[in-house]
Amino acid sequence: MKENKKKAVDTTVPASLAHLKMDRRKMLKGVAALGLVLVQEPLDAVTQKAESIHPLAVDPSKVLGVPPGTLGTRSVFEKPAKLPSFTSARTPLQDLYGTITPADLHFERDHAGVPRIDPTKHELFFHGLVEKPMAFTLQDLKRFPSFTRTCFIECSGNFRTGKTTLTPQEICGLTSQSEWTGVMLSTLFREIGVKNKATWFVAEGGDAALMTRSIPVEKAFDDAMVVYAQNGEAIRPEQGYPMRLLLPGWEGNTQIKWLRRIELTDQPYMTREETSKYTENVAEGKIRQFSFVMDARSIITFPSYPSQLAKGWIEIRGIAWSGRGKIQNVEVSVDEGKSWQDAMLQEPVLSKAHTTFRYLWHWNGKPTLIMSRAIDETGYRQPSYRELVAARESRGGYHFNPITVWEVKGNGEVFLVNDR
Amino acid sequence: MQDLMTVRNKIYGAIVLLFATSWACQTSTERLQQERKGGADVPIRPREEHYPKNFAFGRVITENEIAPLAINIAPDGTGLPAGKGTAKDGVLIYHQKCASCHGKAGEGRPYDRLVGDRNVKEKTIGNYWPYATTLFDYIRRAMPYNEPGSLTNMEVYQLTAYLLAANSLIADTLQINATTLPKVRMPNQYKFVRDDRQDGPVIR
Repeated sequence: MKENKKKAVDTTVPASLAHLKMDRRKMLKGVAALGLVLVQEPLDAVTQKAESIHPLAVDPSKVLGVPPGTLGTRSVFEKPAKLPSFTSARTPLQDLYGTITPADLHFERDHAGVPRIDPTKHELFFHGLVEKPMAFTLQDLKRFPSFTRTCFIECSGNFRTGKTTLTPQEICGLTSQSEWTGVMLSTLFREIGVKNKATWFVAEGGDAALMTRSIPVEKAFDDAMVVYAQNGEAIRPEQGYPMRLLLPGWEGNTQIKWLRRIELTDQPYMTREETSKYTENVAEGKIRQFSFVMDARSIITFPSYPSQLAKGWIEIRGIAWSGRGKIQNVEVSVDEGKSWQDAMLQEPVLSKAHTTFRYLWHWNGKPTLIMSRAIDETGYRQPSYRELVAARESRGGYHFNPITVWEVKGNGEVFLVNDR
Repeated sequence: MQDLMTVRNKIYGAIVLLFATSWACQTSTERLQQERKGGADVPIRPREEHYPKNFAFGRVITENEIAPLAINIAPDGTGLPAGKGTAKDGVLIYHQKCASCHGKAGEGRPYDRLVGDRNVKEKTIGNYWPYATTLFDYIRRAMPYNEPGSLTNMEVYQLTAYLLAANSLIADTLQINATTLPKVRMPNQYKFVRDDRQDGPVIR
């Protein structure tokens, strides 16, 4: 008890409070009186926690607010959260606005946990069919000409069904979008001198799974990057700190996180992930392999389960994306798929990026089904579940991107419609 | 001079008229599509024509540095180290280090099932994995889950042999090594095809 008291008194006060021209003791007293608790955290990070002891009825404009701090915080009234399982954590698509996923809400998928890597002890090796085997530290990478690109990363196993009470997060929350900064892989390839014989490269992560994928060399000369920054700061550990492979538009597992080694080869190495795992059943009893590109997809994120609607004007909102390029159009149906209207797309529409769409709907209170379908710039149109099942001769698995259908009940409740 | 100005203005006028006409002649759909395309594309690559031949960042590495990290195994056996093992050798180590996750005889639970033929629904080594070399590569780099990278090459050969034999893909007595492993016939390999999806409207 005494210990706790002492801790509170010893709390470091941010320098920015100095302008209040109070002595330290008075100031602490004042801060305490205001109901603010300054918390000294490990590593000297000072954060403020506005204890919610003020009843909401009190006029916030009549009480001194929280002083500036070292890190921003979310409003205590907002609680977006990932939905974790043993191997992944899903982005709360229905709670986001615009197209950038806050870094701490970016989906996670790992194959043996998130490693803790000291960047000063980490090097990225290039070897195999190269003129000059080389290693680059994070600092080396940062010296190369840099480039910034906004694109989505989506896990290829991003489809759930089977219940009417699934949220967008549960259905396809394994997609997220960031602004990534790093160096073009082709710039590094030029530095090491890739031999003509090299047709593939094998990328390996520094996690406990030494996660490995074979990638065709052409992707490196198209738009592949090695990135070290995400949304303006260093990549988060869950996204591959200190560096990851970025293959815009391709399935997430190929974009090796915690990247530590790239071997240039003349064949794919048939690693566990590209044989026993990320492959899918397709027509005529075949199993499709190296299905890199993510097909176009969209989902209405509002209204969605568990929205409660009122009659009148509703702005239907959602996101659409394609691994093949830009979203050309998103069509919305509010009459069970009998007719389709163009949604408005938020500019700028970027290639291989989540794109926000909106459609203004006047709901008359009658039960109906609403849905969206994405069309990308190559002319691909997102299929219905039944179309996809017919084309694949398979009822799910990797790369399953069907139209999501929502049932709006007469009482304004919204539920997922399965397998339509 | 005056005449020249007039002529020039006329030309400008004609050009403006031409643009206005073509704009008016566009259907609203075309215009919408053009607006949707959002004018100039955001570049997906930096401009590189002014880059030097080399930046001279990073360091050249030696074969001695590469060798301990170069653990990739290709389906033709490239990369397989010296060593050998039989299924009989692998039984003990399987029970010590693998069975708690994969079951007494590879039947799975709590984690992946490893043993099973065509009649088993779950994907197993026997009914799904297209290359035997993948087994060696994966066990060595990632298993056991709680002690990754702790097995010797010999132990990895022994476990590989054990799992292949448990799936009835080889005889109990067959010695698995760098020569024999790539030759193991995997019954499901013929089903694997490369991705044939393309840009455009076809759903595959």
